[in-house]
Formats: sequence, structure tokens, C-alpha cells
Amino acid sequence: MSILLDQTTSVIVQGITGRIGAFHSAEMLAYGTRVVGGVTPGKGGTTQAGVPVFNTMKEAAEKTGASASIVFVPPPFAADSIMESADAGMRLCVAITDGIPAQDMIRVKRYMRRYRQDQRMCLIGPNCAGVISPGKALLGIMPGHIYRPGRVGIVGRSGTLGYEAASQMSELGIGVSTSVGIGGDPVNGSSFKDILELFEADRDTDAVMIIGEIGGPQEAEAAVYVRDHMSKPVVAYVAGLTAPKGRRMGHAGAIISAFGESADEKVGILREAGVTVASSPSALGETVRQVLRKQA
Amino acid sequence: MDIHEYQAKVLLADFGLPVPPGGLAYSPEQAAYRAREIGGEKWVVKAQIHSGGRGKAGGIKLCASEDEVSEAAEALLGKRIVTAQTGPVGKIVHRVYVEAAVHVAREIYLGFVLDRKTERVMVVASAAGGMEIEDIAHSKPDSLLRVSVEPAVGMQSFQARELVFGLGLDPTLMQPAVAAILGCYRAFRDLDATMVEINPLVVTSEHQLLALDAKMSFDDNALFRRPAVAELRDKSQEDPRETQAADRGLSYVGLDGNIGCIVNGAGLAMATMDMIKHAGGEPANFLDIGGGASPDRVAKSFRVVLSDPKVEAILVNIFAGINRCDWVAEGVVQALQKMTVDVPLVVRLAGTHVDEGRKILAASGLPIIRANTLAEAADRVVAAWRNDRSTRKNKKGTKLS
Repeated sequence: MSILLDQTTSVIVQGITGRIGAFHSAEMLAYGTRVVGGVTPGKGGTTQAGVPVFNTMKEAAEKTGASASIVFVPPPFAADSIMESADAGMRLCVAITDGIPAQDMIRVKRYMRRYRQDQRMCLIGPNCAGVISPGKALLGIMPGHIYRPGRVGIVGRSGTLGYEAASQMSELGIGVSTSVGIGGDPVNGSSFKDILELFEADRDTDAVMIIGEIGGPQEAEAAVYVRDHMSKPVVAYVAGLTAPKGRRMGHAGAIISAFGESADEKVGILREAGVTVASSPSALGETVRQVLRKQA
Repeated sequence: MDIHEYQAKVLLADFGLPVPPGGLAYSPEQAAYRAREIGGEKWVVKAQIHSGGRGKAGGIKLCASEDEVSEAAEALLGKRIVTAQTGPVGKIVHRVYVEAAVHVAREIYLGFVLDRKTERVMVVASAAGGMEIEDIAHSKPDSLLRVSVEPAVGMQSFQARELVFGLGLDPTLMQPAVAAILGCYRAFRDLDATMVEINPLVVTSEHQLLALDAKMSFDDNALFRRPAVAELRDKSQEDPRETQAADRGLSYVGLDGNIGCIVNGAGLAMATMDMIKHAGGEPANFLDIGGGASPDRVAKSFRVVLSDPKVEAILVNIFAGINRCDWVAEGVVQALQKMTVDVPLVVRLAGTHVDEGRKILAASGLPIIRANTLAEAADRVVAAWRNDRSTRKNKKGTKLS
């Protein structure tokens, strides 16, 4: 097993005819992902990357039976596409788009609550690298070859820092059950806690690595969840120990604006909850190895 | 994006926030003219910089004659003001705002923020106006009133009334206060703000409600649909290197250390800074060059990093995903062939086609110190920086051809 995604998940690409959407559709197909169609309003009836293109998500869902989508739509229209995906009955939507206005995301989150929790779409991102269940399927933009199949879950905000963690683990022979990028925006679909819940319930995940960063309350919320509900060991790293207060570090959400949002404070909160925190970003793989050894 | 006080007041007045009469001035003469235009006997001359805490830093002057207004403007214009928020470099005053002075009976704090915990707009008010919100939260947490706005319907009148009565305002002020609070909320929503702060909102001795100060910040991601707001940007208030980088599509933040960083991805860029610190150095900047690392982007990154005279060594750390290490290596080599970088340079490549990339760096004959892991890269750049510093104590700065 794995979480969110496997080789049976059928996927629609929203914005499939754009340059980026077309490129990554081909990459995902090459990895083995079941991409079954795409949506670009006005280009219905054509094909792209060997799959049919539809005008609306509803039509794409009806004709293909897909249960997941990935969004490569430009920022001004991305929120609309995510809501269209929720309305078409998707169970999973990964939003790659970087630059969606925060108030659009507030509206998206509000809109999604019109569905009962057990029928609500799981949104990952926006501004993220996506989801990969190594050896099974890739729904995102990460380079698939750096991930080994295995039993450690990864959840992080950053793309390339997530690659760094995965490659350090691969070097040590440690594989990944699923890696989830939740994105660098202040208002995002799934939080660290949401993903930890899925990993805790997954029979094929033995341990989880959290890759956090400065800004926002989600690492602290995750710490409480780990302390009260997790039976599996959790390893963490929080980027931005040297980041000054009040300055935005690249990601829209990476800014220390309240108490508890600095890397130091987050590390303290996570340690107190029983999470093993890596001493530096070069020790991500090694820290996971030590924790797995202790468990064995 | 931040804007000036006078700009925020113009925007918010359009949404129904009462503000004192005032006018902008770029010279002492213009300031005196503004005072005459406004009328009355007392004025405040306020330095327009993107920072709070201006009063304590001497940026706000009370004047009792047109001559005093002119003198105050003379003293402030061109002056560098250092506040708790600006950092030691401070910000230069290019314009002053002249406003009618009022008799204050009481001060209130009113703020609107995007609360990340609830993912809603949160309205915060306190009877302890005039203090910084952090200080209020610390010393008078009980005075803080909070209202969370349901995004589907927006802020409701009853929520504004709860704040008005919670603050203990006189019932005769209920109507104007509710109008002011709802107006600020609509401005926040309609202009894609991330923060609106009225501190203080005052009741005058004539029993009038007025916003004496106003601060607004906006969502950079929404500026594409708020052209009128985007026009209010004042580049003179930003770090010129950050502006220069942003104009070239790079995300840069200047820091105090000596080791320049060029990295792809925000998270990895922060981790690289942390690693430098861990190895005993201090990062000079945050720089995310984005997904691709074309020769052009790499060259631009070197220029931005080297424009900081403090930089005495550079670490390039690229984890190639969809882009490939050999392309990145080509980019670094081509960029370096066109410019002189006379500080030690460490390059670490990882990811797709890493062996080909390393070969290209090695074959280039350029004085590049190579590293394979993140730890190695940080150790090598700190060692090279120390070594270089001791051998060329008198040589300063860097040359670009």
C-alpha cells in the first residue's frame, strides 16, 4: 500500500495543453501513472500526450472514470479549476500552480466544506511538487528516479529540499512509501497533520519524516498530533534557522510573523512532542536510519 | 507589498474610514503650503517610510506654525530614519505627510489579518491603542477582542457592533465606528490585502472618530488583478538588491553574513543557509533561482550576489530535478566565462545526470571547488572563505567585467 496514490489511480491533467502541463503529462505517463485524460476549456475533442482532452472536468470524469486530478493552470484561474475538480467528484487533487492569491485559497477551502467530510476531495498544494508513491505512480513534478520504493513516508513543504531528503535516504538504502509535498503557501489544502493521519493508518509505512520551514502554525499542530495519536516514529527537520523575522523567504508562507513560527521554536515544540529532529539538513537520511534501527 | 501611510489613508477613506484632512509634500515649501490649505492652528508632519515605530525614531513632529511645518519638513526630508523594524540601515524619507493635529481623548487598536490557523480574516481590536500589537498581546492580552470572518458571507454588522461595545465606545459613536470597521474589512477583501492596521483609531475631544495612522500590506500574488494598488509600490523603500533581483525573476533576501548563496528552491535555499551556519559561517543572502538554472539565470544570480560588498565566498547548490545537472553545469561555466568572480566559489550539484554535470565543471578549467554532498559543500565554502580572508586581508570588494 501507500497513501493517496498508487498504480490503479486514474488521473486527469487540468491545463494539459499548456507547455508545463504537456511536459509533465508525458513525464508522469513515462513513470507509469495512469493519466487517462486532460482538460483545457475550448480544446475538447483534441488529444495531448496520447490521451483525450475535454472541455470540462465533469465531462472528463464521466468519460474516463478518473478519481484524481493535477492542476497546471495559471494562477489567475487555478482556484476555479480546483473547485471544478471538487465539484466533478475527484477524491484527490494536486495543485502544482505557484502564485495563487491567498484570498482565492480561502474561498476554495470554504467551497470544499460544502461536501460531507467522507466525500470531500483531498487537496494537496498549491505551490507544491506533488505526490509520489515510488515504483507505483507519480502525480507531480519531482524526478521519479531519486526515490526508492520502501516504508518511510515523507511530508514536506519544499520541493528541492524534499528531493535532498529522498536522495540522502536512497544513498543509505532507505525507501519511501509515499512522499507528499504540501506546498509553500500560507493557505494550503492539506496540512502536515492531515498527511500524518494517513501515514499513521497506512500498513506499509513504518516511520515518517516531516520537512517543515519557518512561518505558520502547521508544524506545531503536527507536533500535538504526533504526541497524542501517532504510534509510528517521526523524524523532522525545520528549514530557516538563520532566517530573520518578518522577511519572506521565497515561499509565500515562509515568513515569521508570530510567536512559535521561527525554526528554533518549531524545533523545540516538535522535540517536546517526542519527534526526533535532525541536527542539520545533511543529516536527514542518517537520522531516519538511526530511528529505524532503534525501532528494529 | 507594503505602502505608505498616506496611500493607505486615501484607499481606506474611499471605503468609509474617517481620516483627518492632510496632504503630501516633497519639499518644505510644499509642506507649508499644505498646512495653509488644511487650515487650523496645529499640524503634524510625518515622515513617509515603510515602517512602524516612526514616532519613537523622531519621524513625527508636532508644529504650531507654518514656519515650524516648513522646518520640520526640512529636517525630515532626505533623512535616514532607523526604527525597530527597519534594521540598522534605516529608510530614507523622500516625502512627508502634513496632517491636521487633533485633541485625542482615547486611542484604540484595530487590525485585520489573514489568520493562518483558521484560514480566515481575523479582526483584532483593543482599548490599548497606540501600542504595538505584539506589546498589547504580551502585556494586556485580556484587552484583545477577536472576530473571525466567515468567508462565504463576509463580515457582518453584528460582529462590528460586538467590537464597538466590547471596546466600551460611547453608543453615540456606534454608527460611525461600525461603518469604519466594515469599511476596512471591505478594503481588505476587495483590494487583496494581507494586513490592515489602524493604530491608533482615536476618539477626539470633540467626540469624533478618526484614524490617525493606517498601515496596509498586500498579497503579491494578487497584484496582477489590482493594478491601482500595484502602482503604489515605492521602490525607494526596498533593498535595491532585492528589487533588482525581483525584476529579474529571482527571489533574494539580503542578510548580514559573508557567504553568498545561489540555490534552486526556497526550502533548499533556507537549508543551505542553515548548513553554512552549522559549518561555522554566516550566510550573506537567501537566493532562490527557481526551477531551471539556465546560463542567463545563473549569470544574473552571480551579479546580484556579488553586488553585496560583504560577500567573500559563494556557494552554488543546485538539486536538479526535471532540469539536468549537465545543463546547470553548462550554465555555471558559461556564466563564469563572461565574468570575473574573484572570491572562492564552491559548486555542489546533485540529482539528474549528476556525473555528466561534475565532468563539465572539472573539464572547464575554471577555479571551481567541487562538492558532492550538502555537508561537504558547506564545510568547503567556509574553509575556503577563512583561508582566502587570511591571505588577502587588504584586498576588498569584487570586480565584475
